[in-house]
Amino acid sequence: MKNNTIKKTLASAIVTTTLMSGAALAESEPVKIGFLLPYSGTYAALGNAITNGFKLALEQNNNLLGGRDIEFVTIDSQADPSRAPQNMSQLVNSDEVDFVIGPVHSGVAMGMLRVAKQTDAIMIITNAGLNAATNELCGPNIFRTSFSMWQDAYPMGQVAMDRGFEKVVTITWDYSAGQEDVAAFEESFTAAGGEVIEKMFVPFPSTEFQSYLTQIASLNPDAVYTFFAGGGGVAFVRDYAASGLNKNIQLLGSGFVTDGNLEAQGEAAEGILTTLHYSETLNTPENNAFVASYTTSFGNGPDTYAVQGYDAGMMLVQALAQVNGNTEDRDALINALASVELDSPRGPMSFSASHHPIQNIYLREVRDGKHDVVGIAAEQLQVPDTACRM
Amino acid sequence: MDLTFFAIQMLNGVQYGLLLFLIASGLTLVFGIMGIINLAHGAMYMVGAYLAFDLTRRFGNFWLAILCALPIAIALGLLIERLFLDTLYKRDHLYQVLLTFGLILALNELQMIIWGGDVHSVPVPELFSGSIALTDNLQYPIYRIFVSAVCLALAGIIYWVIKHTRLGMIIRAGAVDRDMVEGLGINIRSLFTLIFSVGVALTAFAGMLAAPITSIAPGMGDTVLITCFVVVVVGGIGSIKGAFWGALLIGIADTFGPVLLPSLASVLMYLIMAAVLLVKPRGLFA
Repeated sequence: MKNNTIKKTLASAIVTTTLMSGAALAESEPVKIGFLLPYSGTYAALGNAITNGFKLALEQNNNLLGGRDIEFVTIDSQADPSRAPQNMSQLVNSDEVDFVIGPVHSGVAMGMLRVAKQTDAIMIITNAGLNAATNELCGPNIFRTSFSMWQDAYPMGQVAMDRGFEKVVTITWDYSAGQEDVAAFEESFTAAGGEVIEKMFVPFPSTEFQSYLTQIASLNPDAVYTFFAGGGGVAFVRDYAASGLNKNIQLLGSGFVTDGNLEAQGEAAEGILTTLHYSETLNTPENNAFVASYTTSFGNGPDTYAVQGYDAGMMLVQALAQVNGNTEDRDALINALASVELDSPRGPMSFSASHHPIQNIYLREVRDGKHDVVGIAAEQLQVPDTACRM
Repeated sequence: MDLTFFAIQMLNGVQYGLLLFLIASGLTLVFGIMGIINLAHGAMYMVGAYLAFDLTRRFGNFWLAILCALPIAIALGLLIERLFLDTLYKRDHLYQVLLTFGLILALNELQMIIWGGDVHSVPVPELFSGSIALTDNLQYPIYRIFVSAVCLALAGIIYWVIKHTRLGMIIRAGAVDRDMVEGLGINIRSLFTLIFSVGVALTAFAGMLAAPITSIAPGMGDTVLITCFVVVVVGGIGSIKGAFWGALLIGIADTFGPVLLPSLASVLMYLIMAAVLLVKPRGLFA
């Protein structure tokens, strides 16, 4: 508490002494930003990457938003959906933050969205891929700088067809992220004329895949499409290679199968094709600069999560500059956020009517332990959030 | 499903079942003989896997890593038994459940502090890195066959110790009537210490053995724990023989379930447990 007061006084002192411009004087209070991200447990690395990316973006703008100072409130979500509504209300009602950044986990996002819808708090989703966030549950105050399960998986259907894979088996965990991901792949794949001959759903979070691999061998498809994140991704890719299936049956997947897992997967991951909205190897001036400054600041290279955090920061920088740091006029602020256009490390990015990023989805192949960008699987792909009514 | 694939699935089921037996054997020993419900059993499995990962990375040799990790696991068992469980034997089961649940949280957090949240893997040791071709497009890793062989051998050793040695006789007697065994002048305290350490070591060893064929990730022990309890309950609490057949049954069911009854795959294990409990409420071999 005491620390907080000191910070506030310091912040206002700095603002009043250094920024004597009219707009800034009127808004001497700092902009309050609340992080609701996992800083402990399985997803801690993701929460930290997002926070690092976000803070890097602000640092590059002298830690000012629309000329105002910034104050952070941090809550560890522990990736626990049951605590999400309470944590979100804490940020919105007690701490009275201007923006909430987070979460990583889709279950947590559901809880946060409920509070966001009741309170009009502005929320920027920095990971959670649940389709509904910008579709059935969309709202003027809800933005996303990440992806949806649909957006990352949909382009793979056409890629599979273009490569001559006509019969595909899909395999994922039996939970909503897996179902949404595979459904998006199937949608574009069957539209392009392909056939999904078997859809396998492994009980979550089992990593016992031998039975399924044997089935795949007996079905002998042209390719296998998969979505397993984290430990499941490592186990599946290693088992797939150990069973020798990778020699004859191409493995396709969502980028999350290999992202952050390449070291643990080792040689088993070579040759896997995935689609995702980012690759750390993208050779653009924006990405090269981002990778360099991120690595200097934090000692390790950025990943997809870091970019999602970075872009949330850049988004606030741009929007608050446009409204001169005025967060009181909600409509103007939301309009400014919705019209943000970024030259992101991931490529050009803007927002659809449902506040979902319009972005490139890249086709990547694992070569020598890196995600080589083979090409753009879908250029400036817009998510058809048909159920969204603002 | 033709005969070849049926046979391969059977192989998968038996292999998985044998590994399950190794993981569950420690649980059933501790549960049956000491009457301790060790919820931290899965966490011990995780500790074993992480030790195998860490030491393999340090030494560059999987076998050496196991050799060094085993004493650590035994020491951990000793420490937990002497420091924490010792004071709880005379109390209600609830205290043990609370304590071992607390151990899960503590061990999981320790794992995060020491090894972080990243997913790791252990390379398959050179000696068994090959594979056998089963069909045109499917091969079977030799390491998995090695794991099955080790599990079978251990099952034999445990069976022999319990059935045919003096120590085994004391263990069996202790499970039936603790007070009488004490009355005969046998120190049941040191027996308990021994059983618990062996239980922890067996579980941790299962984690080490499984490390090259699984992914090493936070919370990996939590999923294993539930399957283990099902195995132990199906087989009959405290029975090594029960754990063996229970594990094979669950392993085979878990392998054929997704093929034959995909919609029931996730509940099949529990259906079997419910069915067994209806017919034999104390488990198959208790």
